[in-house]
Amino acid sequence: MDLSTLLLMRHEGILLLITLLLLGADLFMPAGKRSSLVHLALLLFGLHTALGFLPMEESSLFGGMFRSTPLIYFFKNALNIGVFILLLQSADWVKEKILQQQRGAEFFLLLFFSLLGMYFMISAGDFLMFYIGLELSTLPLAALAAYEIGKRQSSEAGIKLVLSAGLASGVSLFGISMLYATTGSIYFEAIIGVLSSSPLAILGMLLFFAGLAFKISLVPFHFWTADVYEGSPIPVASFLSVISKGAAVFILMILLFTVLKPLMPVWENLVYGLALLTMFVGNLFALRQQNMKRFLAFSSVAQAGFILLGLITGSQLGTATVVYFVLIYIFSNLAAFGVVQAISLQTGKENMDDYEGLYRTNPLLSLVMLLALFSLAGIPPVAGFFGKFFLFTAAASEGYYLLVFLAVVNATISLYYYLLVVRAMFVRKGEHPVPYFRNAGYMRLGLAITVIGILVLGLYSPLYDYIFELSAALK
Amino acid sequence: MNIGYLLLVPLIPLLVFLLLGVFNKRITPAVSGLIGVAGLAVSTGLSYYAAFQYFFVAAKVEGAYQAFVLKGVWMRFTETLHIDMGLLIDPISVMMLVVVSTISLMVHIYSRGYMKGDAGYTRFFAFLSLFTFSMYGLVLATNLFQIYIFWELVGVSSFLLIGYYYTKHSAVAAAKKAFIVTRFADFGFLIGILIIGFYTGTFDFESLNDPQGPAILHWASTSFMGLSAISWALILMFMGGAGKSALFPLHIWLPDAMEGPTPVSALIHAATMVVAGVYLVARLFPLYFFVDEGFVLQIVAYVGAFSSLFAAIIAITQTDIKRILAFSTMSQIGFMMMALGVSGFAGHEGIGYMASMFHLFTHAMFKALLFLGAGSVIHAVHSNNLLQMGGLRNYMPITNITFLIAALAIAGVPPLAGFWSKDEILVAAFAASPLIYGIGVVVAGLTAFYMFRLYFGIFWGKETRYAHAPHESPLSMTGPLLVLAVLSAVVGFIPFSQFVAADRIGFVAQLHWELAGVAVAVGLLGIGLAWRFYKTENALAGRFAQGFGPLYTWASHKFYLDELYLFVTRQLIFKRISAPIAYIDKKWVDGSMEGIGNKTVLIASKIKGLQSGRLQDYAFAFIGGVVLLALVFVYLWTL
Repeated sequence: MDLSTLLLMRHEGILLLITLLLLGADLFMPAGKRSSLVHLALLLFGLHTALGFLPMEESSLFGGMFRSTPLIYFFKNALNIGVFILLLQSADWVKEKILQQQRGAEFFLLLFFSLLGMYFMISAGDFLMFYIGLELSTLPLAALAAYEIGKRQSSEAGIKLVLSAGLASGVSLFGISMLYATTGSIYFEAIIGVLSSSPLAILGMLLFFAGLAFKISLVPFHFWTADVYEGSPIPVASFLSVISKGAAVFILMILLFTVLKPLMPVWENLVYGLALLTMFVGNLFALRQQNMKRFLAFSSVAQAGFILLGLITGSQLGTATVVYFVLIYIFSNLAAFGVVQAISLQTGKENMDDYEGLYRTNPLLSLVMLLALFSLAGIPPVAGFFGKFFLFTAAASEGYYLLVFLAVVNATISLYYYLLVVRAMFVRKGEHPVPYFRNAGYMRLGLAITVIGILVLGLYSPLYDYIFELSAALK
Repeated sequence: MNIGYLLLVPLIPLLVFLLLGVFNKRITPAVSGLIGVAGLAVSTGLSYYAAFQYFFVAAKVEGAYQAFVLKGVWMRFTETLHIDMGLLIDPISVMMLVVVSTISLMVHIYSRGYMKGDAGYTRFFAFLSLFTFSMYGLVLATNLFQIYIFWELVGVSSFLLIGYYYTKHSAVAAAKKAFIVTRFADFGFLIGILIIGFYTGTFDFESLNDPQGPAILHWASTSFMGLSAISWALILMFMGGAGKSALFPLHIWLPDAMEGPTPVSALIHAATMVVAGVYLVARLFPLYFFVDEGFVLQIVAYVGAFSSLFAAIIAITQTDIKRILAFSTMSQIGFMMMALGVSGFAGHEGIGYMASMFHLFTHAMFKALLFLGAGSVIHAVHSNNLLQMGGLRNYMPITNITFLIAALAIAGVPPLAGFWSKDEILVAAFAASPLIYGIGVVVAGLTAFYMFRLYFGIFWGKETRYAHAPHESPLSMTGPLLVLAVLSAVVGFIPFSQFVAADRIGFVAQLHWELAGVAVAVGLLGIGLAWRFYKTENALAGRFAQGFGPLYTWASHKFYLDELYLFVTRQLIFKRISAPIAYIDKKWVDGSMEGIGNKTVLIASKIKGLQSGRLQDYAFAFIGGVVLLALVFVYLWTL
C-alpha cells in the first residue's frame, strides 16, 4: 500500500484537512476577528464540495474495510451540498453566537466531524468501520444539540440525544455481535456468502436494524426526535433531520440490499410493518403540533415512513428511487428549516401562530416556505411530487398495492397539516405578523439554492436516469 | 429556405405579453401601446418577408410549393408517436401569417385610439399580444397536438378579451359562454386527436397528409360503426372546428362575444380566431378528402351551407350593429366551410379549397374593416343600437366611405375583393351540387341586403339628433380604416389560385361570367331592396317584416336556440342529472371523507400523551419495540 491509495479517500481526507485548518485558525485567530471564521468555514467547505465532483475511481481500501463506488461518491456529494446549504443558512446565527458569547469555531468542527463519521459509515466495508462511523457521526451531534449554553431545553436535548443514541448503538452492537456469531466474520463480502436465515441471525439483524431505525426515526424508535429537534438549535435540528437521516437511510439500504439480502423474506415484512406504523404515527402526531420544529420533526418521521416504500423493493429501481427521494428531501426540508431559521433568527418566534399573515409582510419568504411544503407534501410540479411518485411506483412494481394505497392515504393526511402552515401564512391575517425583514446574503443564497433544487430536480429527468445507472452497481 | 427567423414571429408578441403583463402597473399607457405596436410591426415585417421568400424566391419541386419544417421533439411516447413543437411553412400557413399579421397590426394601431383613457389599457395590450402569439402558434403548428395547445391558448385569450370589461355582468357571462361552448367542442377535437394518434401512430401534419402515407393508404383497415375510425376522428375534429368557427349549432357564443371591446371583435371574432376551424379542415384537407372517399367533407359542406343560410336570415332581423356583423361572420365562415366541403383535390378540381382560403383572406380584410368601422361609429355615438343611429355620413366622412367599400366588398360587387372570392366559391358549389349552389346564391343576396340595411341604417336613414354631436374618429383609428379599405378593394386581384391549392401545385382560375353575373345580379338586388327600405325613413320595411309574420319573430329571436340550450342545460342536465349527483357527492362521498378526517384528528389528540418527554419512557418504547419485533419475527413468523 502506498500513499497514493489515500487519494481514493479524497472526501474524507479533504474534510479532515479543512477541519484541522479551521481548528488551527480558531486557536490562533485573535478574539476580535473570530467572526471571520464563518467566512473561512464556508469558503473551505465550498471548496471541498466542489472538489468532491472531480471524477474518481471505484476502490476498496484497507483489505475491504473501506470501499467506494460511484453511487457512494454521488451520495457523499449530495450530503456535501446539503451541508453547504445548511452552513449558508446558519452562518449568521453562528456569527451572532461568536460575537455575543466569545465562542469559537466548534460548531463547524463538530458538524464536520459528524459528517466525516457519516462518510466512513456509508463507505464502510465491514461492521467495525460501520460502527466507528456511526459513533463518530452521532457523538458530535449530542454536543451540538446542547450548543446553546444556558438554555435548559438545549441541554435537555443534548442529554436526551446522547442517552438515546447510546442505547441505540448498544443494541446495534449487540446485533452485530450476533451476526458475527452466526457467520464468523464482520466483513460484508464474507458475510454475504454464509448468512442464512437462522433465528440468531434474524435476531441479530433485528437488533442491528433497530440501531439504524433510531437514526432514521422510525416508529417506535423515534421518540427522541421531537424533543431533541425542539430543544436543539435550528441548524442542528436541520442537520439531524436531513443529513444524518439521509446518510443512515443510505447505509441501511446498502446493507439490506447486499449483506442482509439472504434475510429479505424477514426484513420485507419488517419494513412493511414499520413503514405503515411510521407513516401513520408520524402523520397523526404532526397534525396537532404548534411548534414549527416539532412540526417538522414529526413531518420528517412521516417522510422516513415513505422512504421505506423504496427500501422494501430490494431492487435497482428501489435504490434509485430512494437516493432520488433523499436528494429531493434534502432540498425541500432544508428550505423549510431555512425559513424557520430565518424567522427565528430575526424575531425568536417558532410557533405556527406566529406565521399568520407572513405573506403580507414577507411574501418571498412565505413563497419559499410554500414551495418547500408543497414539495414535502408531494404536489406537482415541484420536485417532491416526482420523488414520492417514483417511490410509490417502485413499491407498486413489486406488487405492494395495499401498502401504496395506504401510503397515498398518508400523503393525503400529510397534505392537511402542510396546508395548515400555508393557511397560516397566506389566508390568516394575524394580529402581530412578523414584520418585514431582509435576510443576510448567505441566508438568501442558501434559500435560493433550495428553491432552485425544488423547482429543477423534478423536471430535469437526466438526473434520475443518472442515479438509476449508478444504482446498477449495487448488487 | 431557411425559416429559423420565423421563430421570432410568435416569440415577439409573447415577449411583449410578458413585459406588459409583469410590469403592468409601471408602464404608462402611451408606452405600452407603443411597445405593442412596435413588437407586432416587427413580426408583421418578418411575416411579409417570409411570404415573399416563400412564394417568389424558394424553389418549387415539380411545380409544387414545398413545405418547410423546423421542429424539435417535446414529448416522446413511442418511436413514431411524439409531440413536437415547431414551425410548418406551407402555402396556407404563410397566407395565414399574412392575414394574422396584417389584421393584428391594424387592430393594435386602431386600439391606441379606441382604448384611449381606459383604465386597463396596458392589460388590454398585453392580452392582445397573448392572443397574437397564440394565433401565430396555431397557424404555424406542425402537428395536431401543437395546434391543439395553441387552439386552447387562443380560446383563453379570447375569454380574457371578451371579459375585458370584467365589472360588466353581461361581458363576464359572455366570456364564460364563449369559453364553455368552445371547450365543449374542443372535447370532441381532443378525442379526435387521440383516435388519430392511436390508429395512425403520428400527430404530424406532413405524414398524416401525405397521400402515400400510412394514414391515407390504410384508413379502410380501421372500421367502426360503418365508417373508418379515422373518419370518426375527423368528424370529432370538425366538431372542434365548428365550435371555434361558430357553425350551427355551436355558434351561440359568437353573438354574445360582441361584449368585448370592438377591436377585439375585429381581430378575434371576425378575421383570425373564428377562421381557425376552417384552417383546421384545410390543414388536414388531404385526410378529409381521401378517407372514406370524402364522406366527412360532405358533412362539412352541408353544415357550412346551413350555418351560412341560418346566420344570414338572423342577421336581417338584428338591431345591434355588432351582432349583425357577428351573424354575418358566421354566415361567411359557413361559406368557407361549404367551399372546402365541395372541393376536389388535384388541379382545377381543387377550386373549392382555393376559394375557401381566398375568401378567408379577403373576408379577413373587409370584415375587420366593417368591425373597426362599427367601432368608430360606436366610439362616436356611444351606442350599439342601429335604431338610435342615422345620418352619420355628414359627421363621419372617412368612416362612411370605408364602411361603404367594405359593404360593397362583402356584397360581392366587382371589382372589390369579395366579388372574386365569392365567385370562386359559387363556381365550386355549382360543380358539386345544385342544392348547395342554390343556398350559396340565396345567401349572397341576403348578405347584400342585411349589409346595406346596416350601412343605410347607420349613415343614411332618419336624421337622428344626438346628445353630443358625433365627430370623426382620430387618425389612429381612421388610418387603419383607410389601409383596410384599400386592401378590401385590391386583394381580389391577387392570382390566388397560383399560390394556394390543395395539391400545392396551383392552377389558373378563370372568371365564369354566367355564374358571376348571377351572383352580382342577386347582390345588386339585395342592395336595391335595402336602398328602397332603409335609405330614407319609411314604413315599408316594417310592413314587409309583418308579412313574414312569426318567421320574422323567430329569426329576430335567433330561432330560440339560446333558450333551447338553456332549457337543456338548466332544466334537464342541472336539475335532473347534476343535482342528484351533487347530493350523493355532498352527503355520501364528502360525508364519509369528513368522517374519516374527523376521526383522524380525534385519534391524533388521543395519542398525544404517548410523547411524554421522559427519557425512560422512550427507552422503554425502544426496548419494547425490539422485543416485540423479535417475538414476531424470530418466534411467531417462523412457526
